[in-house]
Amino acid sequence: MLSKSIHDIAASFSRRGVLAATAGLMLGLAPLTGAKAADDTIKVGVLHSLSGTMAISETTLKDTILFLIDEQNKKGGVNGKKLEAVVVDPASNWPLFAEKARELITKDKVSVVFGCWTSVSRKSVLPVFKELNSILFYPVQYEGEESERNVFYTGAAPNQQAIPAVDYLMKEEKVKRWVLAGTDYVYPRTTNKILEAYLKSKGVAQEDIMINYTPFGHSDWQTIVADIKKFGSAGKKTAVVSTINGDANVPFYKELGNQGIKAKDIPVVAFSVGEEELAGIDTKPLVGHLAAWNYFESIKTKDGSNEKFIKDWQAYTKNPKRVTNDPMEAHVIGFNMWVKAVEKVKSTDPDKVIEALPGIEAPNLTGGVSKMLPNHHITKPVFIGEIKGNGQFDVVWKTPGLVAGDAWSKELDGSKDLIGDWVGKKCGNFNTKTNKCLGSGS
Amino acid sequence: MPAYLSARLCSLALSLLLIAFALPAFAGPFEDGVAKFANDDFSDTEEAIGVVAGSGNALAFPIISALQDGRLMADPDSKKVYVTGTDGKSIDAATGQAVASVPDSASAVRLNNRLRRSVDAALGGLTLQSPDVGTRLQAAQSVFKSHEETALEAVDAALAKETNRSVKTALGEARAAILLFKADASEVEKLEAVATLKARGDQEAMALLTGMGDQPASVTKAAASAIGSIQSSLAIWSTVQNAWYGLSLGSVLLLAAIGLAITFGVMGVINMAHGEMVMIGAYTTFVVQEVIRTRYPGLFDYSLLIAVPLAFVVAGAIGVLIERSIIRFLYGRPLETLLATWGLSLVLQQAVRTMFGPTNREVGNPSWMSGAFELGQITITYNRLWILVFTLALFAILLAMLRYTALGLEMRAVTQNRRMAASMGIATSRVDALTFGLGSGIAGIAGVALSQIDNVSPNLGQSYIIDSFMVVVFGGVGNLWGTLVGAFTLGIANKFLEPVAGAVLGKIAILVLIILFIQKRPRGLFALKGRAVEA
Repeated sequence: MLSKSIHDIAASFSRRGVLAATAGLMLGLAPLTGAKAADDTIKVGVLHSLSGTMAISETTLKDTILFLIDEQNKKGGVNGKKLEAVVVDPASNWPLFAEKARELITKDKVSVVFGCWTSVSRKSVLPVFKELNSILFYPVQYEGEESERNVFYTGAAPNQQAIPAVDYLMKEEKVKRWVLAGTDYVYPRTTNKILEAYLKSKGVAQEDIMINYTPFGHSDWQTIVADIKKFGSAGKKTAVVSTINGDANVPFYKELGNQGIKAKDIPVVAFSVGEEELAGIDTKPLVGHLAAWNYFESIKTKDGSNEKFIKDWQAYTKNPKRVTNDPMEAHVIGFNMWVKAVEKVKSTDPDKVIEALPGIEAPNLTGGVSKMLPNHHITKPVFIGEIKGNGQFDVVWKTPGLVAGDAWSKELDGSKDLIGDWVGKKCGNFNTKTNKCLGSGS
Repeated sequence: MPAYLSARLCSLALSLLLIAFALPAFAGPFEDGVAKFANDDFSDTEEAIGVVAGSGNALAFPIISALQDGRLMADPDSKKVYVTGTDGKSIDAATGQAVASVPDSASAVRLNNRLRRSVDAALGGLTLQSPDVGTRLQAAQSVFKSHEETALEAVDAALAKETNRSVKTALGEARAAILLFKADASEVEKLEAVATLKARGDQEAMALLTGMGDQPASVTKAAASAIGSIQSSLAIWSTVQNAWYGLSLGSVLLLAAIGLAITFGVMGVINMAHGEMVMIGAYTTFVVQEVIRTRYPGLFDYSLLIAVPLAFVVAGAIGVLIERSIIRFLYGRPLETLLATWGLSLVLQQAVRTMFGPTNREVGNPSWMSGAFELGQITITYNRLWILVFTLALFAILLAMLRYTALGLEMRAVTQNRRMAASMGIATSRVDALTFGLGSGIAGIAGVALSQIDNVSPNLGQSYIIDSFMVVVFGGVGNLWGTLVGAFTLGIANKFLEPVAGAVLGKIAILVLIILFIQKRPRGLFALKGRAVEA
């Protein structure tokens, strides 16, 4: 018995993630808001980590949904009923995400869940949402290669972020040599696979692509930055495409700045660095480095919708410096789409709402109107922003119109024939060559 | 651009402005070029830079340098462009006339990376004969980088007048870079250019040589041999570089582990909350900087010096509190200690998260810790250098303390034989509390240094706890020298493995090596001998 427990402890020693997970178990046992069932309210589940490593990003999204519910209730709620938030804390612990999702659906009887950040947390709740037939809105840019009946993806698919960013570098900055740097997990690996295939299809040679992975929370970037510098001095314009995740970015950018790599020499375009992440760094050495997103706080809109949103958000959080970011906007779009769908079918019945959602349109915060597609992804504009000295972004390029999200990448051999279509084919991975559904049908 | 340089550029700009006022206004390509700045279109701006820089107009320099600093304002409605000086006075960019104020509808002309490069190239050409040595050197370097053919005349003119040796070398290299890419340069000129670049011998020179495209056969041959010799010298430098990076990583590992070497190594407490002491030190630095920023901005460069003793006191006090309230009941029960301190680490993390929020906090680098200098062909960053110096100093102080002070003697006595020490009249429980407080305080100091290279977030400590245990166990529990040697060995091994195996595999390889090593020598590099081991 004793030796068993020592073994367990030793096992968790070697894997930080597991340690963090146990941590989460201890802290996240009770939901923060124990909601009582009441018939005159519609319950909305919020499944975002409020403790553990992901709290840094996900706490804001919890606040966003609470803010949106508050605003909606001021307008009289939905179908004459008030909305009520049920907030739980999955504590950055992937198995706990599944448990908490089950709890939200069966015990709290929520009509819809807004949640998850990492792909692994989404994958862990998928079976629960399928089994209990509920709805999840997922607001973060991700690697694609998925289309599920119960999930609505309001973040960017790779063709709505990574590919346009590479196009920009190729056209505007005349980049010929590429460093694909990422944290070692599924999102960067899949994205880099897609980008590598895309670059090769554009005639980039293998020796002009350098792929580099680092562990989570990597903090000693000296060697890699020196390697990038070396790779960049081969006489061709070089850029770094960064899928480095969260915490590791700060030391990475600090090392770039200290080793004197300026954006005008080797620009870095990041897919996971937004206003929220920059709030913790001195951005002066980073001026000119790029980020690709579907939303930037600095975007000015003709109808003033973004400006109004920022003002209301800062008033709600009572913090005049609180920033907004891309996943927040995804939640805003997703929430409004859900409200419209529920109002359309006058019910919160999951089957009816899932059926009603494709085709629903909701304004995004950058002056356009996004639409839910049959593959449960949405249309979004893509912006390339340059980091400014004040921690905000200056948009230097945008796509002419809205880009439709591809559930399955057109660049990868395994997925280029697949489409997700929950309207006509009722299938998430329909093979257009063989005309067969590969098994995730309803 | 460093602040002093831009200040100089501005004063230069002002003196040029005075000349400009005397010139009569005339309409022509220059005015049309300037007006293009107001179009808010990157290609138009690029065209405008070219026209203005090539115009020979005295206003060219103030306009381009204002563009670089974001002081060039354009009014999209009236298509008027203004230069605002650093003193708040403004002039009309097309005519040089002073204007009372810039209209509100005007905004700074935007730049992207491509334009920043054009601006650098244009400014380089314009400042090659500046009276200031630093400006000239920078101008020569930016011409080297852009190596535009149009700058050749200016470079030759500057070379003829130049007296400073390093600027002269830089100009010569810039000239070589231009000639190498100039289609109609003679073969002799090109061969000379290759030789100049070979003498420069760095990565940028190699980049030019590899990217020069079609050349006469003799030039290609000379270039190939130059590339070969640069490559072999760079290979030696890259070994030196790996060694330096290894030392630097080792110093960070040592810094994180040094407190644990006392609480775990000397006292034998498996302290999972060690990382949180580091985090508390980092947050102390944040609070100190926050106070300095709002109250005494002039003291910012001293913020770390102020934070070091404070972090020691704060983390040390928390350490004493933890020892008195939890750990003293658990001596001799390692599993319970492990779980209790692990729980404690979560409590501390969540407490900090509640107090300061879950997001990263900005801890700035004082000016003496920013930037880098070149040593031969490697770049040494100041923050890493200072952390290495700081760590070694901290280690020396700690060692001296354990050896030469009464408290140090008591600590060693208690850890070697508690009952004997108690019989000799040492208050062992007081010594326990102080030792744990010392270990925690040292961890707090480590947090001050680590805040300079890592995130200041509630998770800061977690990322160091595993590495710290690894260092202490590898080095030999109970031996400070072991911790020192262990940290630097692991650091250097890691940095030599990383370029070969990649960061992820490198880390795994290190862990496997440690496991094998511990199998062979369970007590680590420097095993303690004597009775204490058996006790």
